[in-house]
Amino acid sequence: MRRLVFVLLLAWLAAPAAGHAAPAAAEVARALADLAGEDVAKREAAVALLGKTGDPKWLAFLGALREGSVYARLRAGKTELVVGGTKSTRGDQDVIEIAGAYGRETLGTVPLAELKEVGADRALRLVIKPFLDADETRAQLADRDPAVRRGAAVKLGNQAAAGSEAVVEAALQKETDRWARHALAEALALIRLANAPPATRAVPALALGNLHSSSALPALGRLAGDAGASPAERDAATRAIRQIERWGLLTTTVETLFQGASLASILLLMALGLAIVFGLMGVINMAHGELMALGAYATFVVQNWFRASWPERLDLYFVVALPVAFVVAAAVGLVLERGVIRFLYGRPLETLLLTWGASLIIQQGLRLWFGAANVDVSAPSWLSGGAPVMVGLQLPYNRVFIIALAAVSVFATYWLLFRTSAGLRIRAVTQNRAMSACLGVRAGVVDATTFAFGAGLAGLAGCALTQIGNVGPSLGQNYIVDSFMVVVTGGVGKLAGTIFAAAGIGGLTKGIEPALGAVFGKVAILIGVILFLQRRPAGLFATRGRNAEA
Amino acid sequence: MSEHSRRDFLKGTLAVGAGLAAGIGAPAILKAQSKSAVKIGVLHSLSGTMAISEVSLRDVVLMAVEEINAKGGVLGAKIQPVVVDPASNWDLFAEKAKQLLLQEKVAVTFGCWTSVSRKSVLPVFENNNGLLFYPVQYEGEECSRNVFYTGATPNQQLIPGAEYLMSKEGGGFKKFYLLGTDYVFPRTANKILRAFLLAKGVPADSIAEEYTPFNHQDYQTIVGKIKRFASGGTAAVLSTINGDSNVPFYKEFANQGLRSENAPIMAFSVAEDELRGMDTSALVGHLAAWNYYQSVETANNKKFVQAFKAYAKKTNLPGGDKRVTDDPMEAGYFGVYIWKQAVEKAKSFEVDAVRKAVYGQTFAAPGGTIKMHENNHHTYRPVLIGEILKDGQFKVVSRSKGLVEPEPWSKYTSADKGCDWVKHKGTYQKKA
Repeated sequence: MRRLVFVLLLAWLAAPAAGHAAPAAAEVARALADLAGEDVAKREAAVALLGKTGDPKWLAFLGALREGSVYARLRAGKTELVVGGTKSTRGDQDVIEIAGAYGRETLGTVPLAELKEVGADRALRLVIKPFLDADETRAQLADRDPAVRRGAAVKLGNQAAAGSEAVVEAALQKETDRWARHALAEALALIRLANAPPATRAVPALALGNLHSSSALPALGRLAGDAGASPAERDAATRAIRQIERWGLLTTTVETLFQGASLASILLLMALGLAIVFGLMGVINMAHGELMALGAYATFVVQNWFRASWPERLDLYFVVALPVAFVVAAAVGLVLERGVIRFLYGRPLETLLLTWGASLIIQQGLRLWFGAANVDVSAPSWLSGGAPVMVGLQLPYNRVFIIALAAVSVFATYWLLFRTSAGLRIRAVTQNRAMSACLGVRAGVVDATTFAFGAGLAGLAGCALTQIGNVGPSLGQNYIVDSFMVVVTGGVGKLAGTIFAAAGIGGLTKGIEPALGAVFGKVAILIGVILFLQRRPAGLFATRGRNAEA
Repeated sequence: MSEHSRRDFLKGTLAVGAGLAAGIGAPAILKAQSKSAVKIGVLHSLSGTMAISEVSLRDVVLMAVEEINAKGGVLGAKIQPVVVDPASNWDLFAEKAKQLLLQEKVAVTFGCWTSVSRKSVLPVFENNNGLLFYPVQYEGEECSRNVFYTGATPNQQLIPGAEYLMSKEGGGFKKFYLLGTDYVFPRTANKILRAFLLAKGVPADSIAEEYTPFNHQDYQTIVGKIKRFASGGTAAVLSTINGDSNVPFYKEFANQGLRSENAPIMAFSVAEDELRGMDTSALVGHLAAWNYYQSVETANNKKFVQAFKAYAKKTNLPGGDKRVTDDPMEAGYFGVYIWKQAVEKAKSFEVDAVRKAVYGQTFAAPGGTIKMHENNHHTYRPVLIGEILKDGQFKVVSRSKGLVEPEPWSKYTSADKGCDWVKHKGTYQKKA
């Protein structure tokens, strides 16, 4: 069986070079008649005959056969094969639209009872598969998207079938995209390594080493340990393995660093608003997570609005959603502060309870308005996929974007607090509320703007989180613990502390996760933070925050 | 809701009172019920984390009840569902089960999703001789006299999923990454999968196993590991990741440049109902193993899907006619009919009589005819491998030949154990 399939694959791959081997019309007719019959061997031969034509229309027919939508009908005493389409019910009988086997010309709608299904069992499907796969791979190699071309090249390289060498070589000559070229070169070397005659395998082995191909490690390992290989080959394989492994160590290191940076930037985005409100105003804002959820839902609404109004500009929705999320969360924060929190400054326990109550109200409100299930926020195309930066490493765009967003948010916050008069007033009220009020600073306005700004940052974080996580009513609860952990570790009231804590926790998590796994990684981090706070209860950067009564 | 059940409770006690007053004694309870109405319990979480999945199961059970009542009920009695909400709280499950059995005196209960909730109600049903229909695929290793399992056992889902990936048709994969959420189903499932793979000659260093906490969102490290594991191109992922962790996982998978044709993910916990409201673009092309899909083309299924959409619209369920059906929902639905047929065969609502009548029952379920096992309380079902499509539906790419016999004790991990309630008393030791 395996050999049969392999031979068929070879035959098929060789076929385009030799031109379409067009079988006579009589042969095709007989193949179709065989297909409708019961004889297993004849049916397999018929599939092979149709597959070998290389004709896209026959391949489409084989695809339909594999899916089980080919039917036989008796017409004028002869069996005819047709392809079934949409089924529906007319009166009390099921009817189906049918089309011709080859040209797919419409043949009308007939009752299902008049047709006999031409099934494709497992064995027959296995015969069909290589024909369709080869066709699909060829289509993928010519696809417009370089990522699809790369995927096809990787697949051919992994299969390493001798017959595909010519196809890959031809594709390599036409290829312009750097990473697709790399994948094709790798595939070519893999194919040559697997199929070259003994004693000539040193060249592809060295080539694979130079390409840093981690896919080649198993094959190279076999070659290095093969007693039948020539010393030159074994030597080349060993050298290539060393080269690839060194490169692998490098990519793993860079990858871990990037992952740490990504996690740190997410933690930072979440904690920044909390740090401002908690640190500067002394308010433990338990509703911070729900403000993030509001930002995420604002993103969802903007997306739906774009989908309905400008479907052709859908990709731009996220650019609009960022400020909208900020404004929505800031507005809710403002209402919260002016409405209730301002009456409770200096009573941390009451504000804690109050903001917790507010969080429950917002959460339930979201659940009532949008439903309990998660909602679907799709990634704009410019945030899907990733940039290949080096062999074996692809950096996802969404994470790169979030790192940039976190950096921008931090700089904006610094600028606002330390380079503007509004920031000066905030710091003044933080240090001594009574004195600032005496000097003409309107403490109430400062409180409101500070809280709104912190809430807005939460909204921004929520918007960014839609690109990596789920959006649901309980989104806030999933992140609030991490946010508090960062702020407390960093030391209340110091932005620098929050930044260092986010970087430290993010980096450490990603550093130990590969060894310990996600569950124990998290446990280890929590234990680490607790021990650290035992030593330094005030956190990394201790400072005195304002309790509003001061 | 509580108002409703209190009224039911009152009616129930009245009926019992009437029976006792007539002086016929204990069996009269059942007779009194059968003349007017028979109560059944519905024990699914309507709030909390599991609500997303379990609410749909309540919906299909109530729909089946409505259909049966419209045709005259069971043995001349109308079915009266008693719906309780155990709120995704495992202890509350036991408490509510007790309430259903002892206060409401329900004839049968349809309920539970997670294995931990089932384990929590198990003693209640066994000590009070109740009857539970459990509709979700699970890890097996259980054989209770008081439970009928209408979902898949490991050999009806896990093993065929792995077998498909190893087959030529499925791509001939040779290395497997077992990834799951950290709780009882994935742990047991992976134990069985590992034993199966080792038995099939997959070397131990070609199997990786990893778990994440519930609600895990950051899959960077794991996807990085999978990527290194998969280089060489013969690796596939067998995923028992639960719930909404799936979206970030598949997204990260795609973003780091892994594609379904080179490293497919075979999921055992992702069905149509979970895909509702997900951004499915990153999932397209990956696989799942189930016993039913909404896309199964049978006349019965078409009717079932339409009936459910109409029912959801009519009763103003959230989602309305955009609702979908999936494997556990089908199992929940046909469970009600199996019980009805068994009651009619036994001509009684009594648990022991019904239990024996269930053995060997067949029913033309939406996805095709299914059959209850003759002695092990599980269900013969077909196995379907499906590929995820853009619209959150599945395209069937491989199906088992006919129905697959359920094996509560996997022959790869517990070869010496069997489950039989006819010749044995539940789990027994097989003779070597």
